[in-house]
Amino acid sequence: MAKMPDPDRGFGHRYLPTGTEDRREMLEAIGAPSVEALFSTLPEEILLREPLPIEGPLSDQELRGYFGRLQAANQVAGRDLISFLGGGAYRHETPAAIDSVTTRSEYLTVYTPYQPEVSQGTLQTIFEFQTFISILTGLPVANASLYEGASAFAEAILMACRVQRKRSKIIVARSIHPHYRQTLATYATNLDLDVVEVGWDESGRVDLEALERELGSDTVCIALQSPNYFGVVEPWDRLSAPAKAAGALTIGVVTEALSLALLQSPGEGGCDIAVGDAHSFGLSVSFGGPLLGFMAVKDAFKRSIPGRLVGQTVDQDGQRAFVLTLATREQHIRREKATSNICTNQALCALAATVYLALHGPQGLADLAQLNLQRTASLRRRIGEFPGFSSRFSQPCFNEFAVRASSPAGGVIAQLEAAGILAGVPLGPDYPELEDTFLVAVTECNPPEELDRLVEELGAL
Amino acid sequence: MSEQETSSATGHSQRPAIAWRNPPLLFELSREGRLGVELPPVGVAESALEELLPESVRRTDLAGLPEVSEVDVIRHFIRLSRRNYTPELSLYPLGSCTMKYNPRLNEEVVRLPGFANSHPLQPISTVQGNLELFWALEQALIQLTGLSRVSLSPAAGAQGEFVGMLMVRAALDKRGEGRRYVLIPDSAHGTNPASAAFAGYQVKELLSNEHGTLDLEDLERAMTEEVAALMLTVPNTLGVFEDQILEIARIVHSKGGLLYCDGANFNAFIGKVRPGDMGVDVLHMNLHKTFTTPHGGGGPGSGPVAVGEELVPFLPAPLVNSGADGFTLDFDRPDSIGRVRSFHGQFGMLVRALAYIVGMGGEGLAKIAENAVLNANYLRKGLEGSYHLPYTTPTLHEVVFTDKRQTASGVTTLDIAKRLMDYGFHPPTIYFPINVSGALMIEPTETAAKEDLDSFVEAMCSIAIEAEEAPELVQGAPYTTPVRRCDEALAARKPVLRWHPPEAADS
Repeated sequence: MAKMPDPDRGFGHRYLPTGTEDRREMLEAIGAPSVEALFSTLPEEILLREPLPIEGPLSDQELRGYFGRLQAANQVAGRDLISFLGGGAYRHETPAAIDSVTTRSEYLTVYTPYQPEVSQGTLQTIFEFQTFISILTGLPVANASLYEGASAFAEAILMACRVQRKRSKIIVARSIHPHYRQTLATYATNLDLDVVEVGWDESGRVDLEALERELGSDTVCIALQSPNYFGVVEPWDRLSAPAKAAGALTIGVVTEALSLALLQSPGEGGCDIAVGDAHSFGLSVSFGGPLLGFMAVKDAFKRSIPGRLVGQTVDQDGQRAFVLTLATREQHIRREKATSNICTNQALCALAATVYLALHGPQGLADLAQLNLQRTASLRRRIGEFPGFSSRFSQPCFNEFAVRASSPAGGVIAQLEAAGILAGVPLGPDYPELEDTFLVAVTECNPPEELDRLVEELGAL
Repeated sequence: MSEQETSSATGHSQRPAIAWRNPPLLFELSREGRLGVELPPVGVAESALEELLPESVRRTDLAGLPEVSEVDVIRHFIRLSRRNYTPELSLYPLGSCTMKYNPRLNEEVVRLPGFANSHPLQPISTVQGNLELFWALEQALIQLTGLSRVSLSPAAGAQGEFVGMLMVRAALDKRGEGRRYVLIPDSAHGTNPASAAFAGYQVKELLSNEHGTLDLEDLERAMTEEVAALMLTVPNTLGVFEDQILEIARIVHSKGGLLYCDGANFNAFIGKVRPGDMGVDVLHMNLHKTFTTPHGGGGPGSGPVAVGEELVPFLPAPLVNSGADGFTLDFDRPDSIGRVRSFHGQFGMLVRALAYIVGMGGEGLAKIAENAVLNANYLRKGLEGSYHLPYTTPTLHEVVFTDKRQTASGVTTLDIAKRLMDYGFHPPTIYFPINVSGALMIEPTETAAKEDLDSFVEAMCSIAIEAEEAPELVQGAPYTTPVRRCDEALAARKPVLRWHPPEAADS
């Protein structure tokens, strides 16, 4: 018969498979009088004598209750309110197949595939991810995922500086996501980079004349986003052509990766580097993290790209196999001379994206992109018909557009929030000259009834 | 080959090849007209595509993307999953990676709709639950580190290091001190020198002494007023705690420098001593190590940074504050180093980390370190008869052996690692730290059970015997894995970094 449980719990805990019996036997084998004796190198004077005052251990039931209460204290789209928020984080449906794959132990809890013989699953999925990103961006080499778009953007600029050593000036469109530009500023703090920003023209695209004024033989690169932060589609080649003529690289930024299914790819449009965020492929918005950075480059830059790369090879029996490769760029070998300090990446998010892209295929992606486009265009047209509102820019958009109100956008947004609608992202805080403008994003997660609701409420203002 | 060995006299194999064991690439699975998703109707009056997007900005095709059904996709990834080893089978003892059990409950709570569907640009009045979570996690990390405030923004440990060094730089600039160097021991993780260089510093390496720790006289000599910081991993990658840490902190501070602690190995002493009490000024933690967020095949990680009072003004924006009107995001931080990523950090990882912390409780958290250190010492005891232990100093959570006793018969660390796979284990970290020749760096973590530790010791001891009696057997390993040793030189010499359609591959 089992003994009654010890009222003094001893060493037992659900996440610690070492019972009192194990502990006794192990200490005996080690020849140590106590566990405390194993910590003899810790300075006596700072040893903690009491457990720290941290709540727990919570039972599963209590823990579910606690987190259930926290998440219920949020109001979120699909449950408590209607949301047209985008601004670099786009809500899309995530097929059930994704979680069923990504929660498998073989993917979820393993680490960087340092040992290829027992990590072919991870390596092959990353190779497949690299192929997807390469096809979508139209550039031959894509890496195994950066953290998220903003830091990936900063890494892309640093990479451009490495391959264009003799030049110093970096031209960045102000219509690139503010967080991306702020992150670049932080990364550049101690690196002596000359970053110049150029604005936009009346139609919402990069101000070409201003760009051409800045562009010269000292320009490392130009960077632009499409669709840009205002939702406006930028033809890549409109800027990449003059950049190329000046010997500068073009960096194409994409924050809404679904747009790649419909729009000219950065590679086709003459970009040398494509960078951005691919969270739209199967990740929940999750308060903005984790997201999924990506970078794709021309073949000539494959030895300068930051982060991990997976390559195809053969094993000793001649079977196809995949390995981490071109590692001499990386921190664990090059240390302070590495191309980047990146070590962990976003492999699990890249897996989710790979599953997502496989499920959709060319037809599903194109159809979904068109669905986003059509619903957005419909709402844009209807809002433009109200006297108090207009579409801020004339150029084509994908699934996000800027709305100009006849009063500060903050007030409009607050009124709609009271009606349970998050109408969009105000531009004023990042662009004082656009105080009266806000961004509205529409995806397949906004059914036609939600578009009707927004139109109704705007009409009632 | 095993297939041949089991062939019957008739010439028919008892173990025919199983096709699904070698899954093709997704792109090779493609069959025209298969589809894996069902989309909702557009539901609004449609315009002609040309009216919405002129042809000049549209892409010409999506050639190469695979056409597969949901069934194909699930099968593909399940088949591939069987080509990965997983920590749920047995030991996955990668040193300094802390491959511990990841509670499944945390996967459940992070998927709650109120978290998963919360948008980062929502008005803060609508995300009070998230901000409370940030606050609660920061308070717990403050308790555990003994430091003043914590930034939850960094996307990974390496980004945390970078943030930490940027703050060091900003604080010294504020003092009006333009220091040029950062000291880093030779046993450090490669991200340390890379992060310091990214922050604009020149790196000076410090050599470890015969105990595997810093030599205080060396440190005194190197620690000048030109040195901004010492970056120290505690315990270091040998698993050795710098027992002179208080003296080290005193030396660094006496010259006006700052002490950076790489918290990659926080698991070894969490709840036993606090970095703040050790004199550390800035510390990054890897939530995927100590706090069980899943390693995910290499990420996503999360690298919160904790700092002492002097560095608080320089923390990245935003920070979460608690006030009478609830929780707020504080962007008004004039001395902040700025933003290091979009939005607010790896939120999903932060949810899991807090779930782990309250799932353990203060008392449980101290037991983590105790069991991790107990397990490592138990392994050390079991292996020291068979393998060379380069440092006999007491170890905490991990232990480093070498192949010195095996090299005489031509067996190297790489061979031992590969042979371990045939015994059903993931190899430890190998050839690291770089200051130990032929290193085998083993970290069992507190979630290894005694019976698995015993089998691992048994396997390692068998391999040591094989190395003496049948070295070619070990040199030829692995035999039982989905693929055998891979030609890494070929991969680097002729890089194939994506799949190409057959036609294109010919040209």
